Amino acid sequence: MLDALMDSAYIKSLPFLWDGLKVTVGITAVGLFFGIIIGAIAGLGKLSKSRIIRAIWTVYVEVVRGTPILAQALFLYFGISEDLIGLNLDSFTAGVIAIAVNAGAYIAEIVRGAVYSIDKGQHEAGRSLGLSQKQTMRYIIWPQAFKRMIPPLGNQFVISLKDTSVFSVIAVHDLVYKAKQYYNITFEVFETLVMVCLLYLCITIPTALYLRRLERKLDV
Amino acid sequence: MISVKNLHKYFGDLEVLKGIDAEIKEQEVVCVIGPSGSGKSTFLRCLNLLEEVTSGQVTIDGEDLTDPSTDINKLRTKVGMVFQHFNLFPHKSVLENITLAPIKVKGLSQQEAKDAALSLLDKVGLADKADVYPDSLSGGQKQRVAIARALAMNPKVMLFDEPTSALDPELVGDVLQVMKDLAKEGMTMVVVTHEMGFAKEVGDRVIFMDEGIIQEEGDPEQVFDNPQNPRTQSFLSKIL
Ligand SMILES: Nc1ncnc2c1ncn2[C@@H]1O[C@H](COP(=O)(O)OP(=O)(O)OP(=O)(O)O)[C@@H](O)[C@H]1O
Ligand SMILES: [Mg+2]
Repeated sequence: MLDALMDSAYIKSLPFLWDGLKVTVGITAVGLFFGIIIGAIAGLGKLSKSRIIRAIWTVYVEVVRGTPILAQALFLYFGISEDLIGLNLDSFTAGVIAIAVNAGAYIAEIVRGAVYSIDKGQHEAGRSLGLSQKQTMRYIIWPQAFKRMIPPLGNQFVISLKDTSVFSVIAVHDLVYKAKQYYNITFEVFETLVMVCLLYLCITIPTALYLRRLERKLDV
Repeated sequence: MISVKNLHKYFGDLEVLKGIDAEIKEQEVVCVIGPSGSGKSTFLRCLNLLEEVTSGQVTIDGEDLTDPSTDINKLRTKVGMVFQHFNLFPHKSVLENITLAPIKVKGLSQQEAKDAALSLLDKVGLADKADVYPDSLSGGQKQRVAIARALAMNPKVMLFDEPTSALDPELVGDVLQVMKDLAKEGMTMVVVTHEMGFAKEVGDRVIFMDEGIIQEEGDPEQVFDNPQNPRTQSFLSKIL
C-alpha cells in the first residue's frame, strides 16, 4: 500500500516540483522584503503635507494597481532592454522587482490606511504633552498602526505568492514553470497540477489560519 | 498667566473665533460655557496651539505663542490638556501612559518618572491600576489617568475640554473631585464644562461664549443666577 503510494505519479513529481516551490517562495520573500520598504515610504509619502510628494506616490500606486502584474513582469523582462538601462534583467531579478513594485503599491495603501485609522486624538494627546511630531509618530502612532498592518500584510503575502505563478512566462523557474516542464515529459498533467495546487495550499492555508488567530489576539 | 488679545480663528472661510480678549491670572479657575459650536474647544485648543491662531496674540507665562521663534514643544509642557474622550494611549499601560512624556521630553530616568507617576496615581485614587491597560478601566478612571498624565509634566496651567461629558453620570463625581482638589492646590485651570456645581464651588469666573465671542463673564453665582445678556439667559434656561 505504502509502496504503491510512494510509486504513484503524484509523489514522484514532488522532487521536481520542490525546486520550483523554493523559487516561488524565494521570489515572494525577497520581493516582499523590498515591497515593504517601498510600501512604507510610499504610504508615508501619501500622508505627506507636501502636495507634490503626495502626487508622486499617488501616481505610482494608481499606475501599479491599475495594470496587471503580468504586463508589469513582461515590461521589466522584455520591455527594458540593454540600450535602455545598460543591462538586461535576468528573469529571477525581474520577478523580484515585479513583486516588490507591485506589492509596494498595495502595501502603501495598507500603511497609509493603518496610520490614517489611528484616532486624531492620539496625535493631539502626544503633542499636547510636548512630544515632537517625530516622537509622536514613533512612540504613539506607529506602534498602533503597525499592529493594524500585520493582518493585511499577511494577506498581501498570500496574494504575492500566487502572483509569482505568472512569472513562468518570463522563464522564472517557479512552481508552475517546473510543473509544465514536468508534465510535458511525463504527460501526467492531472497528477502534477493536483500536486501544484496542494503545494500552494500547504503555504496559503496555514498562513490564513495563523493570520486569523493573530487578528483575534491583536484585537484589531 | 494667560493673556489673550484679539484672538481670531478661521477654518477656511469660517470665522470661529471673532476677537477674544481674556486674562487668566495665576491660580485662577475659569469655566467656559456656551452652546455647541460656539468655539469653546477651538478657544481652548488655541491656548496650546493644537489649533493654529489666525491672528491676535496669546501669551502664556510671559511667552508669546504666536511668535515663530517660540519653542512650541517646550511651551506645551507648561500647559496640560485633558480631552473629552481621554485619548489615553491604548498600547501602553497606565504607568507608561504617564511616564512617556516625562522620560522622552523632560529626560527623566525610568525610576524618577515611575516614582512621580505612582504618587500621581495615588493622588487620583488609582494607585492599584498602574500596570493595567486603559481598555480595562471605566470612563471615570480613564479620565483620572489622563489628568495624572497631564500633571506628570508639572504644567503651570491645565486645560479641560468637557472632561466629564462623555462619562456615565455616576462616574462624574470622582473626576470632579480630582479637579476640585487640583483647584484647591492652586492650579491655574481653564475648564470647558456645563457642571454648574463645579463652577460655583471652585470657579473664580465663568465665561459665556456664543458665536465666537465672549458674550458675558463674571462671578459664577452672578452669571448662573442673574445673567445680564439675553443670550446667556436663553442658553442657561435651555441647559437647566
Ligand atoms: N478642524 C475644523 N475644521 C473646520 N471646522 C471646524 C474644525 N473644528 C471646529 N470647527 C467648527 O468650528 C466651530 C466651533 O467648534 P468648536 O468645537 O470650537 O465648538 P464648541 O463650542 O467646542 O462646541 P461643542 O460644545 O459641540 O464641543 C464649529 O462650527 C465647528 O464646526
Ligand atoms: Mg467642544
